[in-house]
Amino acid sequence: MSNDHGHHKETFISKYIFSMDHKMISKQFLITGIIMGVIGVAMSILFRLQLAWPDSSFPILEWLFGEKWAPEGRLDSGFYMGLVTIHGTIMVFYVLTAGLSGTFSNLLIPLQVGARDMASPFMNMLSYWFFFLSSVVLMSSMFVETGPASGGWTVYPPLSALEKAMPGSGLGMTLWLTAIILFIVSALLGGINYIATVLNMRTKGMSMNRLPLTIWAFLLTAILGLLSFPVLLGGGLLLMFDRLAGTSFYLSDIFLGGGVGALEQTGGSPILFQHLFWFLGHPEVYIIIMPALGITSEVIAVNARKPIFGYTAMIISLMGISVLSFLVWGHHMFITGMNPLLGTVFLIMTLIIAVPSAVKTFNYLATLWRGSIRFTNGMMFAIGLVSLFITGGLTGLFLGNAALDITLHDTYFVVAHFHLVMGSSAIMGMMAGIYHWYPRMFGRMMNKTLGYIHFWLTFVSAYLVFFPMHFQGLAGVPRRYYSFNILPEFAPWLDVNVFITLAAILGGVAQIIFLYNFFSSIFVGEKSVQNPWEANTLEWTAPVEHIHGNWEGEIPTVYRWPYDYSRPDADSDFIPQNVPDTGSSEEVYVSPTKPDTSDAKEVEEKDNVMLFALIKNWFGLGRA
Amino acid sequence: MSNHAVSTKPTWAGGKSPFKISYGKLMMWFFLLSDAFTFSSLLVGYGAVRFSFPSAEESVPAEVQTWVKHNVVPFKTDNHEAFHDHGFVESMQMKGVFSESHWPAPDMVFNHFPGTHLHLPLMFVSLMTFILILSSVTMVLAVEAGQRMEKNKVQLYMLLTIVGGFMFLGCQAWEWTMFIGEGAKLFTNPFGPVTFAALFFLVTGFHGFHVFSGVVLNIIIYLNVLRGTYERRGHYEMVEKVGLYWHFVDLVWVFVFTFFYLI
Repeated sequence: MSNDHGHHKETFISKYIFSMDHKMISKQFLITGIIMGVIGVAMSILFRLQLAWPDSSFPILEWLFGEKWAPEGRLDSGFYMGLVTIHGTIMVFYVLTAGLSGTFSNLLIPLQVGARDMASPFMNMLSYWFFFLSSVVLMSSMFVETGPASGGWTVYPPLSALEKAMPGSGLGMTLWLTAIILFIVSALLGGINYIATVLNMRTKGMSMNRLPLTIWAFLLTAILGLLSFPVLLGGGLLLMFDRLAGTSFYLSDIFLGGGVGALEQTGGSPILFQHLFWFLGHPEVYIIIMPALGITSEVIAVNARKPIFGYTAMIISLMGISVLSFLVWGHHMFITGMNPLLGTVFLIMTLIIAVPSAVKTFNYLATLWRGSIRFTNGMMFAIGLVSLFITGGLTGLFLGNAALDITLHDTYFVVAHFHLVMGSSAIMGMMAGIYHWYPRMFGRMMNKTLGYIHFWLTFVSAYLVFFPMHFQGLAGVPRRYYSFNILPEFAPWLDVNVFITLAAILGGVAQIIFLYNFFSSIFVGEKSVQNPWEANTLEWTAPVEHIHGNWEGEIPTVYRWPYDYSRPDADSDFIPQNVPDTGSSEEVYVSPTKPDTSDAKEVEEKDNVMLFALIKNWFGLGRA
Repeated sequence: MSNHAVSTKPTWAGGKSPFKISYGKLMMWFFLLSDAFTFSSLLVGYGAVRFSFPSAEESVPAEVQTWVKHNVVPFKTDNHEAFHDHGFVESMQMKGVFSESHWPAPDMVFNHFPGTHLHLPLMFVSLMTFILILSSVTMVLAVEAGQRMEKNKVQLYMLLTIVGGFMFLGCQAWEWTMFIGEGAKLFTNPFGPVTFAALFFLVTGFHGFHVFSGVVLNIIIYLNVLRGTYERRGHYEMVEKVGLYWHFVDLVWVFVFTFFYLI
């Protein structure tokens, strides 16, 4: 991959470490995300061991964590909570936010909109390094004397606000907060960049209603992040002051045992933190799932060899999800003594969100319907996402209901719900993206057979792990408990816990296959051709070998929407976006938003008011 | 064609730019949008804590309310110097004007003015606000002069803006000093609930940090103007970008002023 276009010779450091090229930054995000993912999954298996065999001794744990955190081969209860907390934090923020949206926004936005690079490559580089720094700070909290933060990934005060509340409220919690603040800086730097690139750097002819759905998803995800992360920043700042400066924003009338007596600081409210946290926390789950949905839209359309069903509806449902996601955070707080009227408002908003989500899943199914499906690895994972998203989404209807939520809150039912709907399914979307765009990232193909094995093991183990948890939750088994063997009412569930843990280990082993496939294919994988999946989007018109600036010579001009698959009037079953119309007068199959126009300039003039055009078409006003 | 000049060739290549502005200005707007949410979260937090306490009006004795209304504070009137003694706060505490159980009335707390010992509620903070708004005016003039490519005028108005920023910061330092001098800290507050002082320091401090970074940015841009960087570049867009930031900081102050001092 020699680069003789640069006006200066690229050194190892400027090319691989402090790179400002979006393709390299995307690889950095991906590989950091994979490393964090391995740590997060390993942690989950460790605490699953404790849940399955609470009385057994695993000498390896003592070897791994020392006498303090795993005395006699049993996890210490505080450390168990620490593992749960850090597992949640890593998976939510580091893998599924930065690892997913950071990787694919960086890779695909400039390539699919037809730009040489991000609007600000320098900010892009900063975004990665803030993320890296944040990962280092978070992981360093595993090595402090009092252990990592262990109040759950939602870090509710007062456990997180009082340094002496428990060991995990000490330095580990301060490091957690520092890591999250660094992470927010990274997310903001990245998000501003993604938005500016999508809006301002599109190539000729790439009007908003010709953007691939991936880009729409990344754009709206970046907007969500931009508006919700600052609120956590504010909330985190207040928490920092409570911890370090003696203020009491989140503390009120607390009586401490051990001869300490009533806490001096009063006047605040712990519920305030929950509001500030979930104002980020809820959009955050859409920040996680929307890029995965965008990737799925693209992968399914390409591999079903059909135009995506309901392109406009897909965009409008993404917009609907984005707006509604800011209005539903209260459904995490039904049991905080919320005014029932307010609870009802949040309940209704929550159930309304099911509508755009359902629009999306039905559109996926309709796209698959009668397609000439190619079951590539990426396609398998995309279909896996749809399956898990539906299964997890159904239990969302249970939990969105305040009346049901009050009994199901903090049980394994919740764990099952969110792991299916935004955990596993987003992982599926991420894997779909990795398998699909691997040739674009590394110029080689991943091994297909290993990919299938990886898919089936992951898919099956995801269901085996999380499906039984629904029943545990319905029976009232609470989450975050260290051990159930002293509570006789939960004894029947111990066997189920063993089963879940075995399935989790299976899922973990499957990821080793993936890791082998991923890293070995970088070096020995089959060389990729220019456009291995026969896709329409612009990234496949760029040279396989990465060059700085993405395209030799001119950036391609766009003449059509990205889903011209299997057009009856065309010879080939796909027509890339940069192919001008040959002048065939018969408009047989056209973009639902605008007829194809051979003249890119004309399109620009027509499509200035994109949203207006979309709404007009949605209501059928644009049709003669 | 050589492709290396990535970042220096940011021009919109696809016909009409969506908002008819450069990506740099677009980024600034989106940054300000997200920053607005940061301030909103702090102000919402302030609101939540503030309204968990009753207001001063509901629990201040009628006689004290009359004094406040007529701008007369009868304590120790025989001694002009004594007004700002700790005696004032103490006697107000005794009268129940300042109490743990209700939120203090801002015009009883922020009533100092440098060089005088009169009871001048909110006069000083109004002056601060006025200075900040004036500095926004000079910023507008600088941006406008930049559009006409008049380097001398840009220079002058940028300098005035920087001076305005420093004046505001100085005022804030003085106000903090007075407040701390009367015994307010992050975790103690002689005027009432401790959260009052904590929120005051946090929110005005966070805003002050923004003003400070704005001044630093203004100085960098001012030096670039002096060196003729933008003259050579052919446009003064950087002045416009820091101008956006400066106006935003000003706008946020209007909200802080409203919520902390007026309500």
